[in-house]
Amino acid sequence: MGVTAIRAEAAEAVAMPLVDRAEVAPGGLPGGGLAWADALRTNGLARFRALGVPSRKVESWKYTDVRKLAARDYAPAPAHVDGLSAVLRDEVEAAAAAEHSLVFVNGGLRRDLSKTGGLPNGATLESTGELLAAGDALLAEQLGRVGDADDQAFLSLNAALMRDGFVLRLAPDTVVEAPIRVAFLTDHADGPVATHPRNLVVVGDNAQATLVEIHRGLNGVEYFSNAVTEISVGAGARLHHYKLQDEGDAALHLANSPVRLGRDTTYDSFILSFGALMARNDIRAELAAPGIDCRLSGAYVARGRQHMDTTTAIDHAVPDCRSREVYAGVLDDQARGVFQGKIVVRRDAQRTDGHQLNRALLLSKGAEIDSKPELEIYADDVKCSHGATAGEIDADALFYLRARGIDADVARALLIEAFLMESLQEVQVEAVREEFAARLKARLALLRGDR
Amino acid sequence: MGKDRMLEIENLRVTVEGKEILKGVSLAVGAGEVHAIMGPNGSGKSTLSYVIAGREGYEVTGGSIRFKGEDLLALEPEERSRAGVFLAFQYPVEVPGVGTTTFLRSALNAHLKHRGEPELDPMQFIRLLRDKAKALDIGDDKLKRAVNAGFSGGEKKRNEVLQMALLEPALAVLDETDSGLDIDALKVVADGVNTLKRHDSATIVITHYQRLLNYIVPDHVHVLADGRVVRSGGKELAEELEAKGYAGIADRAA
Repeated sequence: MGVTAIRAEAAEAVAMPLVDRAEVAPGGLPGGGLAWADALRTNGLARFRALGVPSRKVESWKYTDVRKLAARDYAPAPAHVDGLSAVLRDEVEAAAAAEHSLVFVNGGLRRDLSKTGGLPNGATLESTGELLAAGDALLAEQLGRVGDADDQAFLSLNAALMRDGFVLRLAPDTVVEAPIRVAFLTDHADGPVATHPRNLVVVGDNAQATLVEIHRGLNGVEYFSNAVTEISVGAGARLHHYKLQDEGDAALHLANSPVRLGRDTTYDSFILSFGALMARNDIRAELAAPGIDCRLSGAYVARGRQHMDTTTAIDHAVPDCRSREVYAGVLDDQARGVFQGKIVVRRDAQRTDGHQLNRALLLSKGAEIDSKPELEIYADDVKCSHGATAGEIDADALFYLRARGIDADVARALLIEAFLMESLQEVQVEAVREEFAARLKARLALLRGDR
Repeated sequence: MGKDRMLEIENLRVTVEGKEILKGVSLAVGAGEVHAIMGPNGSGKSTLSYVIAGREGYEVTGGSIRFKGEDLLALEPEERSRAGVFLAFQYPVEVPGVGTTTFLRSALNAHLKHRGEPELDPMQFIRLLRDKAKALDIGDDKLKRAVNAGFSGGEKKRNEVLQMALLEPALAVLDETDSGLDIDALKVVADGVNTLKRHDSATIVITHYQRLLNYIVPDHVHVLADGRVVRSGGKELAEELEAKGYAGIADRAA
């Protein structure tokens, strides 16, 4: 039985609700009638139908079985106009306090909660849905420019069902000093609902910005956030891209981020993950011009039956690029972590400098981490290193702290915090680093309170 | 020594990974005294220090340790510390990611809380810490780093004495505190320890060499060999050891 046959079987077995929803959807979606947008959706749907929801037989989904959560009958999330739940109001306030922000609730833009007036000339922060509806000509050239690999069925599904999201564009030499904040909030809904945020970041040559994405939703709500953020960074530009994934405890969060980088760019991504029942961040970066500095990092805390998957692929296609990955996770109870990090160094990519580190701290016997570093090196003059560690709290360090009078549970908390805080040093922007550190501390306090 | 006994170890037997390391050690330390425990490598010196501090993996199969009359072995490591027992580690542990000041403030506040005294806020604490650090020649830059992270052997030992200065223990056990120190650092550390001596506190110096005992002068010297105290005497015993080596002493005892 060939691979295609297996996929088709998987699609029929469990993917039907998603396919059915996709079947009926396109006409009424924003941009319906635009030839290029219709084509994007139709192709996305066909591709998703062909691929189906990946089973564990698909190599990059071996450790993450998404079929059960993908089989829920997700309806499009209802539009949300008012009366936000209390726990989400913090995020609205944070967005209001930021200089530039967009807030989406249940997948749709809430203009009344957003702030885009202060952006400098050359920078725009807009809604994908509004641009589609307006038939934005530039969008036709910029959106959907990325190929989806055979194991990225959800990227295709997103193309089929996308309604809204953010579009950040920076003209060449534009510098936005203050972090740009985009919040995706999921509030109360009846029955399983899905959103398919479609985001686009186009940074012109020598432009600079910091982008902070917040993904947060209510506990107890069965929802599926299927986000795609396409990123293209021009020559000499710099993009700091940070994300907090704090979805509700019954959520499925899948995020695909294809990244294309130009000559001498700096791109650094950091994802802090606490939320969702199952979450997967899939970043694929193409280093196709020399002088690129690409950093992909993150930290996560998982407990209960949470499942956190980080899948990255960095393709060094040309000489003289650097890549660095630092991921750290704390897993408690029955939680499971997955790290898949592929680094390809092509034959021409001489003087590549690649570093990858994945560390996991296991707090209980039932917790598990599956770590799969994959280095394919075809050039001979390269510096590549990778390391993966998984272990319990260092008994010597714990005894040392206790021997100075610190209670065992406080000492343990200090060591867990230290383990994760170290990775936060990868966040280059101080204000964001501090915000993430505070959120991390609050989350760890919660972990302790439950013990 | 009478009623002001600090530490009473009686016929202590300890097994590590199925192997008996301490084979009936007895030792009594009174308030105001300095005891030196000397002995060759593998004699059980460090095991004794770890058992006093409460490290896991050391199984007490017989005997007892009483501290100020209480059963020390019944206490958790942190309870022993707060009761006034301090072990200066032979190999101080590096704790990446935990700041030195956070660590020390948590420790001191745990002690203060235990004694029912008000805890120190970060500002109050940093002032106290700087004063204590200055006396030990420890710069502010060291205090800003993670606990012992990237410190040299000598810096780690100084850091141990700084912790001791903050916590003001009733019983300090210095495990090979002289190893890795050059002569100047040794003097600084010894001065630090001597300054902390009180009439109601006691010190146990565990060392392989007599050198440190020139600076921290013991009232009593005990020789540990193969898990037993084979000889006890005054400070002149340390000089005799230096001259004759352990072999002679151990043989004579046997």
